[in-house]
Amino acid sequence: MNRYRGNPDAIRALVREDEVHRDVYTDPELFALEQEHLFRNTWIYLGHDSQVPKPGDFYTADIAGRPLLMLRGGDGVLRVLYNRCAHKGAKIVNAVTGNTGTVLRCPYHGWTYRADGGVRTIPLKGGYEGTRFDSCQASVGMVAVANVENYRGFVFVRLSEQGMDFRDYFGASLTSIDNMVDRSPEGRLEVAGGVLRYLHNCNWKMFIENLNDAMHPMVAHESSAGTAKSLWSSQPPDAPKPMVIEQFVPFVSGYDFFDNMGVKIYDNGHSYTGVNFSIHSKYSAVPAYEAAMIASYGAERAHAILAEARHNTVYYPSLTIKGAIQAIRVARPLAVDRTVLESWTFRLVGAPEELLQRTLMYSRLINAPTSVVGHDDLLCYRAIQEGLAADGNEWVSLHRNFSADERQSIAGVYTGTSEVSMRGQFRAWARFMAGAAAQGGAA
Amino acid sequence: MTTTAITPDAIREFIYLEARLIDEKRFAEWYDLFTDDARYWIPLTRHQPDGVNHTSLMYEDKLLLKVRIERLKNPRSFSQQQPSFCQHVMQAPSLEVSDDSPGHWVTRTPFAYFETQLDTQIVLAGVSWLHLVAVSGELRIQMKKVELVNCDAALPSIQLFL
Repeated sequence: MNRYRGNPDAIRALVREDEVHRDVYTDPELFALEQEHLFRNTWIYLGHDSQVPKPGDFYTADIAGRPLLMLRGGDGVLRVLYNRCAHKGAKIVNAVTGNTGTVLRCPYHGWTYRADGGVRTIPLKGGYEGTRFDSCQASVGMVAVANVENYRGFVFVRLSEQGMDFRDYFGASLTSIDNMVDRSPEGRLEVAGGVLRYLHNCNWKMFIENLNDAMHPMVAHESSAGTAKSLWSSQPPDAPKPMVIEQFVPFVSGYDFFDNMGVKIYDNGHSYTGVNFSIHSKYSAVPAYEAAMIASYGAERAHAILAEARHNTVYYPSLTIKGAIQAIRVARPLAVDRTVLESWTFRLVGAPEELLQRTLMYSRLINAPTSVVGHDDLLCYRAIQEGLAADGNEWVSLHRNFSADERQSIAGVYTGTSEVSMRGQFRAWARFMAGAAAQGGAA
Repeated sequence: MTTTAITPDAIREFIYLEARLIDEKRFAEWYDLFTDDARYWIPLTRHQPDGVNHTSLMYEDKLLLKVRIERLKNPRSFSQQQPSFCQHVMQAPSLEVSDDSPGHWVTRTPFAYFETQLDTQIVLAGVSWLHLVAVSGELRIQMKKVELVNCDAALPSIQLFL
């Protein structure tokens, strides 16, 4: 039954200014429409250019259900192609990472391609003489994704031909990526330490919304972070705090802490918590790192970069970053109730390895499928996925701290425990779902 | 304290006991099997050299193990409101390193691991390595390293101990 396809009014009616209909999390048709519209009309993070440093290096991933190939050519240029042989459609590259050598070659009939996707050779080419082959796409080659943006190493694609320009779409939210990159004394990041992939049996939006949900840590994480805190409480106050305690304990800070942290909202669904400080603000200093930063940037600028300790920045709809600890999470939706969360970590080039070790510890403690923090988050998401089937209330409340001023413009700074970030996300959702890609202007 | 000789049979019995204590949720006794400087490690990749310079699924000292064990007792461990149970099925262990005089042994035990939560069951397989030492004549674990055969897969929640 097509309740929503071809019916933008029905889609818009799912999102009110302060609540959303449950179907946005549970309806398979809406999931298919999200893949076709939301994930094609917006800029989606694909990967980092440090994953493909040498000619022939590749990384593959699916976006909006489409197989993509990020490839470094012999000319050093990073390109994104649809990973599909021009001939019968086989994926040309069938691993996640690797090196293609000097030529892309289909494993089925041996067609070969240049790094830009153009056909190089076809075995027994004479077989196409006198056919209409020259006027079909197969003769041209693999299809390149036209809209690719490499922003300071972070590679985004917009699959739709028409749509918002990259800078217009993200606006000043890009300052969160800037801060993460600037934290390298050389202004450069490298993917390091592997990728954690955590299978979530829930809708992708539950995770994205949670990233700026400052009302849940003290409740959902009481048993994990709270246990760490109470185990440590018997130590004398001057006992050196292990890094695990520094990382766990702020999760169970009180409501005041999370309120005062603040949340900044941008247009198009982007936002970050930790405007004033965050759970990452009080990590022990690493003197050799500070010295390297001051040597690169001068004391004033170095301190300004390090004083910015944003909590989670959401690059709607699928990328979230923690600049202060150089970790990102990427939502890869598989089905309406199935999502893979990838956690990637970065080395700050030019910084002591201790910084990477801190990043890796955090990602392991918080983001792994074995994380006691992650277990309770996922339990809550799954509980929503199942609970929404209940009768009597088809709407999800996002009323907290709603103000009529948001109708005019939602961009601004708000108290940290507001649900304004979710309202901003759904405002963007409704717009990009309803086929507004070509209309221009902010959501 | 008298020290009894640590025989290969005693080592095998110890390995089976270690898994059994997890399966029977006797976590306090299990915790005491580890030395104070022990590590419990589940690497994220094959042939991973260490747990510090690369992400792992778990790389836990005794403090972190304690957090997990205490959390499981907490009524607000929401992901365990419906409790999980597990079962190890083990192949006969092999003694890979045996050095009786300082008392240091390394064992290798292939296993299958089942973790259930009501109607959901996950199955994992791999090889468990124990680095054992003698402390006052008793076997203790200095390192437990669990190499999952699908360490690079997208995994669901794994809530107990492999």
